Amino acid sequence: MKPIWYFVGLILLTIGGIIFLNGIYLLINPPEIKTVLAETHPSIWWGIIMVVSGLLLYLNNRNKIIS
Amino acid sequence: MESIGLTFIDWIIILIYFAFVLGIGVYLRKFTTSEEDFFLAGRKNSSWVAGLAFLSANLGALELLGMTGNTFKYGMYVAHFYWIGAIPAMIFLGIYMMPFYYSSKIKSIPGYLKLRFDEKTRVLNGIAFAIMTLLVSGINLYAMALVLHTFIGWDWNISMWASAITVAAYVTLSGLMSAIFTEIIQFFLIWFGLFLVSILGIIEIGSIDQIMNRLPESMNTLWSTSSNPMSNGMFIHWAGIVLGLGFVLSFGYWTTDFLVVQRAFSAKDLRSARLTPLLASFFKMALPFIVILAGLIAIALSNDPNSGFKLLQDNGQVNYDSALPLLIARYYPSGLIGLGITALLAGFMAGQAGNISAFNTVWTYDIYKSVLNRNASDNHLLWMGRASTIVGVIISLGTAYWAKSFPSIMDYMQAIFSWVNAPLFATMLLGMFVWWITPNGAFWGLIAGMLSSFLMWMGVKFHWFSESVITMSGVQSDMAANFWRAWWAWLICFGVTILVSLFTKKKPKEELVGLVKGLTQEKHDQHLPFIKRPEFVAIISLAVFIILNLLFW
Repeated sequence: MKPIWYFVGLILLTIGGIIFLNGIYLLINPPEIKTVLAETHPSIWWGIIMVVSGLLLYLNNRNKIIS
Repeated sequence: MESIGLTFIDWIIILIYFAFVLGIGVYLRKFTTSEEDFFLAGRKNSSWVAGLAFLSANLGALELLGMTGNTFKYGMYVAHFYWIGAIPAMIFLGIYMMPFYYSSKIKSIPGYLKLRFDEKTRVLNGIAFAIMTLLVSGINLYAMALVLHTFIGWDWNISMWASAITVAAYVTLSGLMSAIFTEIIQFFLIWFGLFLVSILGIIEIGSIDQIMNRLPESMNTLWSTSSNPMSNGMFIHWAGIVLGLGFVLSFGYWTTDFLVVQRAFSAKDLRSARLTPLLASFFKMALPFIVILAGLIAIALSNDPNSGFKLLQDNGQVNYDSALPLLIARYYPSGLIGLGITALLAGFMAGQAGNISAFNTVWTYDIYKSVLNRNASDNHLLWMGRASTIVGVIISLGTAYWAKSFPSIMDYMQAIFSWVNAPLFATMLLGMFVWWITPNGAFWGLIAGMLSSFLMWMGVKFHWFSESVITMSGVQSDMAANFWRAWWAWLICFGVTILVSLFTKKKPKEELVGLVKGLTQEKHDQHLPFIKRPEFVAIISLAVFIILNLLFW
């Protein structure tokens, strides 16, 4: 079967990608009610961290099969 | 309170999580063909997989919300639950106890009691554990619905049924393996979903030092105010922390609670099983940087009138559990809100799956096969494991509705642990390290310990005697009462077990080989270089533990 790290990578990549893209959208279309520290755009940099972590786990375990 | 609003993107993230865990259950179904696959995940996990699952089984969302809230109430002292209240016990389990557990090839903790003592002690502990697990599982389900209803405005019934059915589906499909997979996914989602709260809190306030400077001394230290209960936020003396939390409750939970120890049993070999709690200890020590730090940030913000941050009030009482959700609402824009809510949901559901997978094992092996059907085949046990998963979830749902009718049952959670786990640790300790402890000694000691813990709780609850009789302090504190009650229950079980053992029939030494220290040859991992042995990892863990305590003394 695929190792657990493959699935962890996949979910981080998927959710991180959505958060990053949504962060870009919020940058272009800022919401009326802003959260505290909204000017630091946490969705963008946190989304990138999630995507990079997910990508590393996904690529490292993509071809592994454990017995 | 006005609910935290979810956008379309937040819902997409939550739905992806649900689809993902169900998909994993379906994917793992084809690899779950025997009872060992179902109950012990085939005993083929690496120490990292077992270690993360070991920690995550304990890392429910209720704990995240509760401990952040407790930090708001008691200050830094709550970090004791993560450091002295966990690390020494995890090291002791990995170094001294795991060889006996793992090498005897037992499938559950009550299974060890059967081998070391007798059937009646096993069944007594099996029934107590099964009842405790279902109660905790149901209360968790209710707590989850309460949180989702209060903060997001979700419907009670839909929250409880949707999560219960999802957990029932993936645990029934592939047993412990799917529980472990989802626990590890939950671990990552919790770190990515909640650590950002601490990071943004530090950015807003300036630094960790500035957060600490905004707190009174009773709130921002670990030990320096512990010699006088009046000087610290928890109103407890250091002896209560060390004996009650650091020794009895911690060792009782981490070394004997099957919910967590079952993850180590799934490891591929003895070395991996011994490394399981040792590796988990590092992640446990890191958790205060989410939970405690968020609580301290909440105190610092609420002390600043310009921050606009204030905890919710329920009928004039401060709702401490609102600290974490309010911080999420303060800092997270849409998308990240979905991630934060998914992290909490994952915590609730993985905790639920952990309870149910431990319950189905104890029910199947320690009650059903032991008492009701001794000749059951492997295939029949696999079927029984799946059936008991569904029944366990249904009973949990019933308990959740019961808890909804009597919300004060939530207050009894800590008490339930001290009834079952604290005395069991005395039985295990004596059984594993003293060969002449007898089956009758263990049985009556366990009964005396559980009964005395229950009576102490009843005595305080119904005012038969003052709490200060137990805590030896004039200051009233629920937390101190829990710690001290656990200590007395342990001591009573310990004393009665020894006393009865002096006058009852001992088991022959040859029957105890492999189960008791001193009668068993112990040369684990001697062929490995020292830095690859579990002992080396234990030393590093202990060093980090000491440094953290000194740093925040």
